[in-house]
This record gives sequence, C-alpha cells and structure tokens, in this order.
Amino acid sequence: MSYEFDFQSVLAYWPMFLSGAWTTLQMSFWATLVGFVLGVLCAVARTGGPLWLRKVVGAYVEVIRNTPLLIQSYFLIFGMSNIGIRMPIMAGAILALVINIGAYTCEIVRAGIESIHKGQLEAAECLGLSPAQVYWHIILRPAVERVYPALTSQYVLLMLVTSILSAVGANELFGVSNQVQANTFRNFEVFIVLWVVYLALSVLVRAVFWLVAQCVFVRRRKLGTSL
Amino acid sequence: MNPQQFDYLLQGAWGTVVLSCLTFVFAGLLGLLVALSRISPVRAVRGAASLYIQSIQGTPLLVLMGVCFYGPNLLGMTSVPALFAATLALTIQSSAYFGEIWRGCLQSVAKNQWEAAECLGLSRLQRMVKVILPQAMRIATPPTVGFMVQIVKNTSIASLVIGYAELSYNAKILNNSTFEPFLYFGCAAVLYFVICYPLSRWSRKLERRLNVAHS
Repeated sequence: MSYEFDFQSVLAYWPMFLSGAWTTLQMSFWATLVGFVLGVLCAVARTGGPLWLRKVVGAYVEVIRNTPLLIQSYFLIFGMSNIGIRMPIMAGAILALVINIGAYTCEIVRAGIESIHKGQLEAAECLGLSPAQVYWHIILRPAVERVYPALTSQYVLLMLVTSILSAVGANELFGVSNQVQANTFRNFEVFIVLWVVYLALSVLVRAVFWLVAQCVFVRRRKLGTSL
Repeated sequence: MNPQQFDYLLQGAWGTVVLSCLTFVFAGLLGLLVALSRISPVRAVRGAASLYIQSIQGTPLLVLMGVCFYGPNLLGMTSVPALFAATLALTIQSSAYFGEIWRGCLQSVAKNQWEAAECLGLSRLQRMVKVILPQAMRIATPPTVGFMVQIVKNTSIASLVIGYAELSYNAKILNNSTFEPFLYFGCAAVLYFVICYPLSRWSRKLERRLNVAHS
C-alpha cells in the first residue's frame, strides 16, 4: 500500500462539484420532462397510429435502442455543428438525451398500453364514455401507472448517463470533475467523491419519483373511491 | 471513406466484441453469485449483496471505469492494461444488473417447488442445482440476451476514461483527423446496430417462445 489518500485537496473544490451536480439535475429534469412527452406520444402512435407511422416509430425505437448514447450524441452534436447548425452545448446535450430516452419510454409505455385488458375497454364503452375519454381514463393513465416502476429505473439511469455528455463538452458533474482532476492530479479520490455524489443524486431522483407517484396516483385513487 | 479507414473501424468493432464477450462471461459468473447471495438464508450476506447492488446501480459506469483504471494505483501498479480495467469495470457493473435479473427469476420459481424438493429429501445445494436453477434459467434467458445488448453499448464508455481501442474510440480518432462526423459516427452506429439488433430480436423471439411453452 504505497498510495496515500488526499481527499482534502479534492474536497476543497466542493463549490465546483455542487454546481456540476446542479447542472446534472437540471439536464435530467428537462430530458425527463420532454422525453416523457415524446415517449408517450410515440407509444400512442405505435399502438394506435396508421401503419406507416407505426413503422417509422418502430424504426426510431430500434435504431436508438441498439446504438450507444455516446455515438448518438457524437453524431448529433458534432454532425450538426459540421453542417453549420450550432446550438449551445446544453441544448444539444439535452436534445440527445431526449431522443434517447424517448425511445425507451415508448417501449415501456407501449408494454403498459398493451397490458390493458380488453374487457375494460368494453366496459368503458358500455358506460357511454367517448373514445377520447376511454383513451385517457382507461388506457393511457392506467398504463403509465402500471409501468411507473420501470419508468423510474429508466429515468434514474438517464440521470446517470448524463455523465457521458461530458464527452461533448457539457459541464455537468462529470465534466466538472475532469477539471478538478486536472487541477489536483488526484484522479482516484475524485472518482470516489463522484461515486458518493452520484449515489446521493440517484437516491434523490428516486425520492422525487416516489413523491410524484404519491401525488398523481394516490390522490386519483382516493378521488375515485369517494365519487 | 477509403478501405483503410473502414478496416480501422472494423478493428474497433472487433475490440468491442472481445470486450463484450469477456464481460459477459465474467459478469455472468459474478452475477450468479450476487443473485444467490441476495436470496441467501444468512441475513448479513443478503444485506451485503443488496448494498453492492445499490451502490453499483447508483453510480454511472463512467465513474466505475475511473475507479477501476486509477484504483490499481493503490496496489502500487502504476499502469494497468486498458482491456483489463475496462473488463473489470464492466464486469462489476453488469454483475449488479445480472444479479437483480436473476434474483427475480429465481424467486419466480413457484414456492411449492422448493417444498416438493425438500420433501424428496434433497439437500439445499441439490435443490438449487437440480430443481430451481434449471427452471429459473428458462425464465432468465430472454432478459439475459437482452442485457447483452446493454453490455455491447456500454463498452463504448471505455473510450472516455480508459482509451481502449473499441468501436467508438476508433470512430472518434478518425473524426478527429478528418472532421466528417456524419460519416464516421454513422458507420459506427451501423456497426453497433449490426451487432446489437440480432441480439434484441433473438431476445424477443425467445420471450415469445418461452411464454408459449409456459402457459
């Protein structure tokens, strides 16, 4: 054991870690929000749209799910700037994340939609609900509720893979830590600190998702029984 | 793109395949160990396994790569081969996910199978190896094949910390010298797709077939 730990010089950079963590959370938030909407739209198109649209969305999902995010972001961000479309790094990074997470959300929500029992649709029709009402109350919302745990894991993963976007210059937690490494030459300690911070962030993200579920799903259930 | 450059990309793809296969083998073994510890009768073992899974799943692979690349410094090794560090990091990460997948499968084997095996007078080990594992393996095959896609994609991250010459690393090198991102990253994406798509199709097919056999 010839190695001597030196966390002090690394932890002196805590404001940088903090701002990096904040950027990570912001990126994840926007990517989650927009990606969720995109994914649900894709899932709706893939289960109920016209044939050509199903094929297009299917191709999008397969291409995204079978290539690494790193290549996707290189392709998008370096490629775009090469043909003269320059966007801020954060915008490009979030766009890459949205395109990526949209495909995963689509698959998960589709599984939820397909798991809705046919008898429920017939029952809803008998009650005289309009097709739009049936779709919203009987198909989409219960489907999302059913796959919510899978979505949570996927969005925690999304928060973790934002680290990859440091490769295209995003200044999130991992990107910031590169600067700390360059300043202190304490690579190993920096990675240990990152480990702890990311762990804390993923606990935080899980908690937020749990809270959202408490608000959205539980309140709805209570309303449903009281009506 | 001239043939030489395409050759270089193909070499990268080979690096990706080698790294993925090594990871799959080692992570498979370690993952089985994790899954078995997770359902162990000893509480401390269960707790340790769950702590392991939580702490691995809560951190990005990129960080794990860094730890595995710089960590051997602790043992006085000044530099480790890139392939070794990359395999180590990917193995540790994938084993946590494999552990969770397989635990679910082991637990989904009906409880009365355990009891029946116990009544037959089989020991714990025999019950596991002869009765539970074979049934769990059938359920576990589709998600395991599906996870191989994840491993292949995850190898791309080795290019960021470690600089192991796999597909995205080589594509990046080519792009750095010629600045044609659409061409090189497009080709790299196609190569990844060629490796991954058959696996994900296979996984879905297995799922359908095994479901039919199940019901």
